[in-house]
Amino acid sequence: MTTTIETATGAAQTMVLNMGPQHPSTHGVLRVVLELNGEMVVKAEPIIGYLHTGIEKSCEAKTYSQVITLTDRIDYLAPLSNNLGYCLAVEKILGIEVPKRAQYIRVLLTELTRCASHLVWVGTHAIDLGAMTVFLYSFREREEILKIFEYLSGQRMMTSYFRIGGLALEPPPGWLDKVRRVVDSLPGHIDEYEDLLTKNKIWLGRTQGVGIISASDAIAMGCSGPMLRGSGVAYDVRKAFPYSSYDEFDFNVQTQTAGDCYARYQVRVAEIRESIKIVKQAMEKIPSEGLFRAEVPGIIPPSREEMKTSIEGLIYHFKIFTEGFAPPPGEVYQAIESPRGELGVFVASDGSAKPYRVKFRAPSFVNLQSLPKLAEGRLIADVVACIGTTDIVLGEVDR
Amino acid sequence: MEPQDIDKHPVVHKLREWSATAIAEVLEFRGEFTVVVPREQLLRVAEYLATEPSLRFSFLSDITPVDRFPIEPRFEVNYHLVSLDRRERLRLKVKLTGSDPMVHSVTGVWPTANWHERESYDLFGIRFEGHPDLRRILMPDDWEGHPLRKDYPTEGYR
Repeated sequence: MTTTIETATGAAQTMVLNMGPQHPSTHGVLRVVLELNGEMVVKAEPIIGYLHTGIEKSCEAKTYSQVITLTDRIDYLAPLSNNLGYCLAVEKILGIEVPKRAQYIRVLLTELTRCASHLVWVGTHAIDLGAMTVFLYSFREREEILKIFEYLSGQRMMTSYFRIGGLALEPPPGWLDKVRRVVDSLPGHIDEYEDLLTKNKIWLGRTQGVGIISASDAIAMGCSGPMLRGSGVAYDVRKAFPYSSYDEFDFNVQTQTAGDCYARYQVRVAEIRESIKIVKQAMEKIPSEGLFRAEVPGIIPPSREEMKTSIEGLIYHFKIFTEGFAPPPGEVYQAIESPRGELGVFVASDGSAKPYRVKFRAPSFVNLQSLPKLAEGRLIADVVACIGTTDIVLGEVDR
Repeated sequence: MEPQDIDKHPVVHKLREWSATAIAEVLEFRGEFTVVVPREQLLRVAEYLATEPSLRFSFLSDITPVDRFPIEPRFEVNYHLVSLDRRERLRLKVKLTGSDPMVHSVTGVWPTANWHERESYDLFGIRFEGHPDLRRILMPDDWEGHPLRKDYPTEGYR
């Protein structure tokens, strides 16, 4: 897959190397065209679109509730975060207030999602750089979190558990005990990963000083999430524009100033610990009784019991599932802090039962744009570290 | 919200004070403010919002076009801005006709606009004047048509 080309200056002979689209370290189907001078990267150009499935176009042909299943498949490592972003956007258009109990459960589950997503990241990134063991451990812990999702929604990954107005189902009894078991054991496991990586000489050599992006560059390139916080900018949507009662939780925004791959690693590991803190607070806050979904006739489906026993319930049930509901015309942009950064959902309504336009501002898409800045002037092996710490999910990049 | 209340919004007020021609219209929906800007003014307004020390909209989170076919002007391009230290969001909107869907690129103000504008070009066929590298990004290079336009069918053959 190599060719020799003439450069514009003609000074040095460079070589073009095609990395991907089928390459284990590109985490999906990313292609990076590298122009190399020896082993040094002169130019790196990410080429995307291999996984484009037209999700935004499909959304326009579905009712508002049907879109939720598509949101799972955008960022398949953090489906609940996507569910949340979309549901909040539609709730904003509708002007619906979600019951506190549902809000807290949403917070708890999206924070568990953040843990699960960061666990996948730490494992896969470590295996990219040659540390096999962490991968096996972190996937073991992630599985325990996915079991909680399965217990609640019936699905490990494509949960679709958040619905417009609240949750899909009343959480089954005993679910909080399962959550407690996971969050009690997780900090110890994180210590284990840190023992293996944080002071590991090889790890430091592969990540420290590699893929540096300055704070001003990160802002200019629109980076968000750990990419931005690793460069010292304390921007977290949960703090800056609180949603779903995040303002009632006590947590710190994790930042590092180095802006290199190691800083982004430190931020993500610290974020898992912060998320555990939030989950523990949420467990205290969630009332055992109360609504898991708002009650808005004609928009939110009535309970099973009401549908079976009252004529209005039956009519609403039938109407919601056959023709959907029509929010007032308008446009909203709702941002949430997904594990990868600012996930923005733009929904435009024209007053019909189908969204006129849905746009997902995918953090991976924007973060990936700064890959040339990270990788240029470094060695090929560092490109792997740079792609890794960008933490892209190609499903989200290409949508 | 009444029109005079919208004018009290500090950013809108500031913009009006700065230039009488900068704002075509201000909209408010669910607490979100949208400033509609004439196409010729976009770059000027963008530079002002990004650099004015009391505003500092230094972060462009997203560019989202909407196709209002068959209504003219057909395209709306939404720019979602964030002021990181003032914790404020603002939406800029430019309206473009179907016969001439062209607007000045804002890559010079916010470099992150590069891929957003390429995506808008790819999926909507909106051209960005002065963009350094306006190519398709998601669809194959030889693709015909712009899939997110409303006159592009969702299923079946073109």
